[in-house]
Amino acid sequence: MTIAGWRVPMMASLLVWLVLWEIVGRTGAVFLIPPVTGIVEAGIRLVQTGTWQQATFDTLRSYGLGMALAIGIGVPLGVLMGRSKPADKLLGMWVNLFVSAPLSALVPVLMILFGIGEKTVVATVFLFAVWIIALDTRAGILHVPKSLEEMGRSYLASPVQLYGKIILWAALPEILAGIRLGLIRGVKGVVIGQLLVSILGYGALFELYSRSFDMEHFWAITFMLFAAAMLLSSIVEAFEKRIEYYAGAR
Amino acid sequence: MTAMADTATLTRPAGPAAAAKPDAAVSVRGICKTYTDVEALRGIDLDIERGKLTTLLGPSGCGKTTLLKIIAGLIDQTSGEVLVNGRAVRGPGPERAFVFQDFALLPWATVMRNVAFGLELRGASKTEREEKARHYIAEVGLAGFEDKYPHELSGGMRQRVGLARALAVDADVLMLDEPFSAVDEQTRRKFQEDLIRLREVEKKTFLFVTHSIEEAVYVSDRIVLLSRRPGRISEIIEPKVDHRASPDEIRRDPHYLDTVESIWQGLRNYVE
Ligand SMILES: Nc1ncnc2c1ncn2[C@@H]1O[C@H](COP(=O)(O)OP(=O)(O)OP(=O)(O)O)[C@@H](O)[C@H]1O
Ligand SMILES: [Mg+2]
Repeated sequence: MTIAGWRVPMMASLLVWLVLWEIVGRTGAVFLIPPVTGIVEAGIRLVQTGTWQQATFDTLRSYGLGMALAIGIGVPLGVLMGRSKPADKLLGMWVNLFVSAPLSALVPVLMILFGIGEKTVVATVFLFAVWIIALDTRAGILHVPKSLEEMGRSYLASPVQLYGKIILWAALPEILAGIRLGLIRGVKGVVIGQLLVSILGYGALFELYSRSFDMEHFWAITFMLFAAAMLLSSIVEAFEKRIEYYAGAR
Repeated sequence: MTAMADTATLTRPAGPAAAAKPDAAVSVRGICKTYTDVEALRGIDLDIERGKLTTLLGPSGCGKTTLLKIIAGLIDQTSGEVLVNGRAVRGPGPERAFVFQDFALLPWATVMRNVAFGLELRGASKTEREEKARHYIAEVGLAGFEDKYPHELSGGMRQRVGLARALAVDADVLMLDEPFSAVDEQTRRKFQEDLIRLREVEKKTFLFVTHSIEEAVYVSDRIVLLSRRPGRISEIIEPKVDHRASPDEIRRDPHYLDTVESIWQGLRNYVE
């Protein structure tokens, strides 16, 4: 960004917005917008409380469990679809449907199935993340050159070697891209799941603060979530770049 | 012997050594192959002599790759059988190695690991396979490139890696499907000379597919001409090129040029 010929770094524009926010907040004109300094103070106080630490722990646990399930099931599902035509025909319809469906609508159903608690949140994370992982894995498997597989067979690779030393590696760039998108969708899943369940983790905090109109705390955890999602996505992106050198050379 | 009689041998009559029953490394018996609706091969009978370089030559789509992959055990024939060292082929085996047209290297592995990959799959220890791989990397002229990745090499060098990988597993029969089609003409000539030298050093049976008549005549002990689809054997030619002469002498030799010309005439009959 440049203003009157001056290059303005990204952080500077953020600073402008924060200053603007602070001014509006100080006037007290808009009840929903407390001063930034107040939010930061609230945030610092918040992270020292046991409630916040417990909520963070619960959230991370649900997220971690849901993502582990999504990767553990999504990757094999994608491999199966990429390798077997009948399986692809049978499952493809559903996976394509779910990958673009408004899944939030299904969370109440999950609550009936799994009860109001962690299981539902884990299931929501799983449901949000698994389809894109399966689809991208399938695409990666279909991209593996036929001759690479023939090479494996002609040099007597066992089925385990064929997958473990050739096929999965050749499909790795797409699999990782799917996992990155899945991780981001999973964050949405954990937030939506917890909000609807609303007795767990950040969902319970959101519920508490919005009901008592405690806007400083409300904004503090909102910002924390945004920052966490961005951090996560950039970590996976950095990892993807490192293996891109061979994806390009394929 | 009847097969030999109607074989057009262009050159000197066979000497007493050739009169003895040749030792066939690979015997192809009545191979037919029909893909869902395409008849690719019809009734192929062929003995591939041990220690010789045999070339499959024919128009595009006549089933050369199909025949080679059936012998490699990579695809199943519709009928007929293939014997390698007298045993029927039921899939890939350790006595056969394949060099792929598109190299089929692992892009995430170094030259060293690629060349040693066949041995790695067989469970050879790291020191053992790297020692062997190092030997063959040098043999194909890539010493010093052990730690490079395929994308850092030229097309010609990549195919050398593919060749070294096939040599490293110490198979009896080496199958090469148009290995030089993706490399430039100069590299290709160098390759052809290397192939002739390798054949003499390694004492293996080479089965080679090419589109190029000159290449076939230059490198082969025996050329199997396939007809247009469905592929059948139309002629078997033994060029008898004297490889002790220098490459340039060979390429100017009237006998070499005549052989190339007569194959051309033969192919033209059914190209037109
Ligand atoms: N998997 C397949 N399914 C259907 N038809 C096939 C398949 N593979 C090859 N064919 C057909 O069989 C015929 C022989 O193919 P093949 O690849 O063996 O020919 P080729 O002699 O190697 O040709 P080229 O010189 O172009 O490499 C071709 O007409 C091809 O279209
Ligand atoms: Mg071919």
